[in-house]
Amino acid sequence: MRNVTVARACDMPTVSVKRELLFQALGRRYTDEEFDELCFQFGLELDEITSEKDIISKEQGGGKAEGASDIILYKIDVPANRYDLLCLEGLVRGLQVFKERIKAPRYKRIMPANGGVQRLIITEETAQVRPHAVAAVLRNITFSKDRYDSFIDLQEKLHQNICRKRALVAIGTHDLDTISGPFTYTARPPSEIRFKPLNQSKEYTASEIMDLYRTDSQLKHYLHIIENKPLYPVIYDSNGVVLSMPPIINGNHTKITLNTRNVFVECTATDITKAKIVLDILVTMFSEYCEKQFTVEAAEVTYHNGRTCIYPELAYRREKVKPDLINKKIGISEKPSSLAKLLTRMCLKSHVTGSGNNIEIEIPPTRADIIHACDIIEDAAIAYGYNNIQMTIPKTYTIANQFPLNKLTELLRQDLAAAGFTEALTFALCSQEDIADKLGVDISSTKAVHIANPKTAEFQVARTSLLPGLLKTIAANRKMPLPLKLFEISDIVIKDSTKDVGARNQRNLCAIYYNKNPGFEVIHGLLDRVMQLLAVPPSKASGYLIRAAEDSAFFPGRCAEIFAKGQSIGKLGVFHPDVITKFELTMPCSALEINIEPFL
Amino acid sequence: MLGAHAVLLECSHLWAGEHQAEVSPVCSPQVIEAEQRSSKRWELTPEGKEIVQEGSHEARVFDSIPAEGLPQSELMKLPSGKVGFSKAMSNKWVRLDKNADGGPRVFRAVESVQDSVREKLQLVQQGEAESLEEKDRNELKKRKLLMEVIIKTYWIRKGSAFSTTVTKQETDLTPEMLASGSWRDLKFKAYNFEALGIMPESGHLHPLLKVRTQFRQIFLEMGFTEMPTNNFIESSFWNFDALFQPQQHPARDQHDTFFLQDPAEATDFPMDYLKRVKKIHSQGGYGSQGYKYDWKLEEARKNILRTHTTAVSARMLYRLAQQKFTPAKYFSIDRVFRNETLDATHLAEFHQIEGVVADYGLTLGDLMGTLREFFTKLGISQLRFKPAYNPYTEPSMEVFSYHRGLQKWVEVGNSGIFRPEMLLPMGLPEGVSVIAWGLSLERPTMIKYGINNIRELVGHKVNLQMVYDGPLCRLDS
Repeated sequence: MRNVTVARACDMPTVSVKRELLFQALGRRYTDEEFDELCFQFGLELDEITSEKDIISKEQGGGKAEGASDIILYKIDVPANRYDLLCLEGLVRGLQVFKERIKAPRYKRIMPANGGVQRLIITEETAQVRPHAVAAVLRNITFSKDRYDSFIDLQEKLHQNICRKRALVAIGTHDLDTISGPFTYTARPPSEIRFKPLNQSKEYTASEIMDLYRTDSQLKHYLHIIENKPLYPVIYDSNGVVLSMPPIINGNHTKITLNTRNVFVECTATDITKAKIVLDILVTMFSEYCEKQFTVEAAEVTYHNGRTCIYPELAYRREKVKPDLINKKIGISEKPSSLAKLLTRMCLKSHVTGSGNNIEIEIPPTRADIIHACDIIEDAAIAYGYNNIQMTIPKTYTIANQFPLNKLTELLRQDLAAAGFTEALTFALCSQEDIADKLGVDISSTKAVHIANPKTAEFQVARTSLLPGLLKTIAANRKMPLPLKLFEISDIVIKDSTKDVGARNQRNLCAIYYNKNPGFEVIHGLLDRVMQLLAVPPSKASGYLIRAAEDSAFFPGRCAEIFAKGQSIGKLGVFHPDVITKFELTMPCSALEINIEPFL
Repeated sequence: MLGAHAVLLECSHLWAGEHQAEVSPVCSPQVIEAEQRSSKRWELTPEGKEIVQEGSHEARVFDSIPAEGLPQSELMKLPSGKVGFSKAMSNKWVRLDKNADGGPRVFRAVESVQDSVREKLQLVQQGEAESLEEKDRNELKKRKLLMEVIIKTYWIRKGSAFSTTVTKQETDLTPEMLASGSWRDLKFKAYNFEALGIMPESGHLHPLLKVRTQFRQIFLEMGFTEMPTNNFIESSFWNFDALFQPQQHPARDQHDTFFLQDPAEATDFPMDYLKRVKKIHSQGGYGSQGYKYDWKLEEARKNILRTHTTAVSARMLYRLAQQKFTPAKYFSIDRVFRNETLDATHLAEFHQIEGVVADYGLTLGDLMGTLREFFTKLGISQLRFKPAYNPYTEPSMEVFSYHRGLQKWVEVGNSGIFRPEMLLPMGLPEGVSVIAWGLSLERPTMIKYGINNIRELVGHKVNLQMVYDGPLCRLDS
């Protein structure tokens, strides 16, 4: 369930792992409650305990689930910036280090012994469509079914999150023994690209491939990234074999199987920083299964201008943070050595330097989320245990003030209710029809703010009047005994070129009377009462007055404009029968709407 | 009638189950005291009475058959024919000759008969039903000749205010009675205190806004100043970039945020500050690595419907940074907008409650202590904090409270310390920390008032009866 809270829940990725496999890797069993507690401390959330069978029967009905696996799955929500926890391998490593059962592994990039480094050449054409690429080799890897599934699943998780649905980065993994370098990353017209896509039985041109996947539930979402480009990105080996057409699909030729021993990983990108992170994550996670554990074979990437880079970077960065700062920011008083120990438990290998007034922290390539000392401080706090921190009340001394407009609103609300009117709370967004057609005005004559991407007509514009909302509230409550007397004091939105954003809110007071008689005198009386409350007398000179006016929303001769403080502040009147009908009402109705900001 | 020591009022056919209240006003305890009793009695049905008069159907059939017998078809035409024939047959009083000339013919089988049914009914009529055997009574009841009548009676005695003079009871006091003093001698009808009164005609405040008032009150009690959040339209700059939320962040996607077509772009920014924001995103600084991407002004210009009131907090903190620093506590409760899929608990717009404290040296412990005080005022005492991720706070913590009804910990808010990458480009002094937290107004309101569908609460489909009937809002009770 999504939680409505302050920071929008940044679509936390959910990782699904087999419980048995997880416990096996953790080297111990947990009860569901114990594991839930461990997750909570570490900042994860055990979202659901389920099985494939459960999932299928929930989504498609019990009958379809027959024969599906009933192996217990843990669905674990992972913070959106922790790409290192997006697979079983990473989760286990993180938790084992946290519980001090293992030391964080040290990832190493190695050059191939024979000097035959794999090379990827980027041609100039890619600049217009997807200019960056990085690569690496996982040498002598051993897959099993579970490892293979996890490898594929991690790529998918990365694609959905940091890769922004492949727009920023797309990953391709290939059986290196089926191809021979050097590889060329180039871009060609779609008609000139021709290959057999992954899991297809025949060759297609790039244009045909786009058509082929137009209805594919998964791949159709990525087509737009290159569809309208004159050239499509493509990677060839030295014999012209297509490795992939990023970010859409790999070739079938280089497909990885359970027997694959050597994996060529390439990531193409529009954002080089993210490409490097994605490559680092993928190879650090799965180098666990290489013959030389946690080592990754380098690949050389050459840009068309001759610039050459060696990947993966697997960079360890050193930061120094004062123990005093960590203690002060958290509100604890731990010894420097304890703080270093806490950080080490978060995969941030740390030690006290010098005379003890500094902690040196090594940030591993898996922790791209650590970009500032505050990230290090947070990890120290997590390892210390948020719930072990002593709660204190800040000494900050301040005098409270109400926002004057809200203060006036609060006071008026109370007295409008005391005057017998009931408060409504209507939406700030509505359809164009609500604020224009239904009130008999043309949308172009309103100063309405228009929304570019509404999913339905209900969200086309921000309201320019509170009247439609109140009329709709009455329509939805026609069964209630008459009369219905409603009010709302809330903001409307109008374009205003003097504001930095070109629009502003205006606080309006609106009231409506719905009965067998129009009740103009009731609404007029309410206006008199509101003015009395605002200490504005009925007078032409310095008070308020109403003057006959025309307004398409109101019945001719039954509408007046309200003036106060030397300006027009709104109108009152009996609704035009067309308005009443358009809002699906059957009784006469009168209303009042004024801007209250002049009374501040 | 009331002179006797005790009077039996016969309320005939007052079947059990009728409302007691109907008789209570008559039997006003001051005048008389009444005690309800009930008894059972056997009575003849109309058919039973007819049998006492005319004899049983079978006897009447027997009597109507002459010595030479009667064709069955004719016998059946007699008023007692059908019932009487079958009973007479089973009593073996008559016999049927199916082969007689002219069709089946019925003959007497015995010389004379004794009409015991009639005799038994006569006993009942004489009030001697009890002398019958139970199985006879049941048999007769089954034949619908007898019925059992329950009689409710009231034993009435003189009450404490017993009087033999009949006084007309007054319904209520009148000004004339007060003027003349006649009220002293008058009797007044008793009030029915079981009935409800007449509801006063009144207006009502909306439940969600009653809760908003309480939250405002809590913040004011805690010394927080209200922020001016009356600007639904915000630029992406203030809503996202100022908060160090990268331009590729999914929250900035069309699927999550309402972008504006008109006015599509914001035009005016504090340019020095904007340059610092651009730098922190694209290159880092202030001890940060930054996000290292190509930050674009076009993206920051895009107008949106604000997705959180934190956009206003950013404006306020920027304003605070433009003067000599003084500690500040801010709050706001106002609408925010999300272009999301709607369901029973999610709408495209909702109210966000936000609190912010800016001062030198604030700690994570200070944030937790402030949250404890805040939630205690809401009547929530058991709190737990979970590490979380927000793009603009670090450390971040989700606030959980133990829900007794659900018997589990539920998330009640989100909080954190604003990132230096957000605060330092604004110009706030380095030692200043800003702690902040937020929650929605709708969720606690729905829990408070037991509302399951958010549409019944917010928007035009509100259930006005619910608004009319809503109790006061006291969050801590």
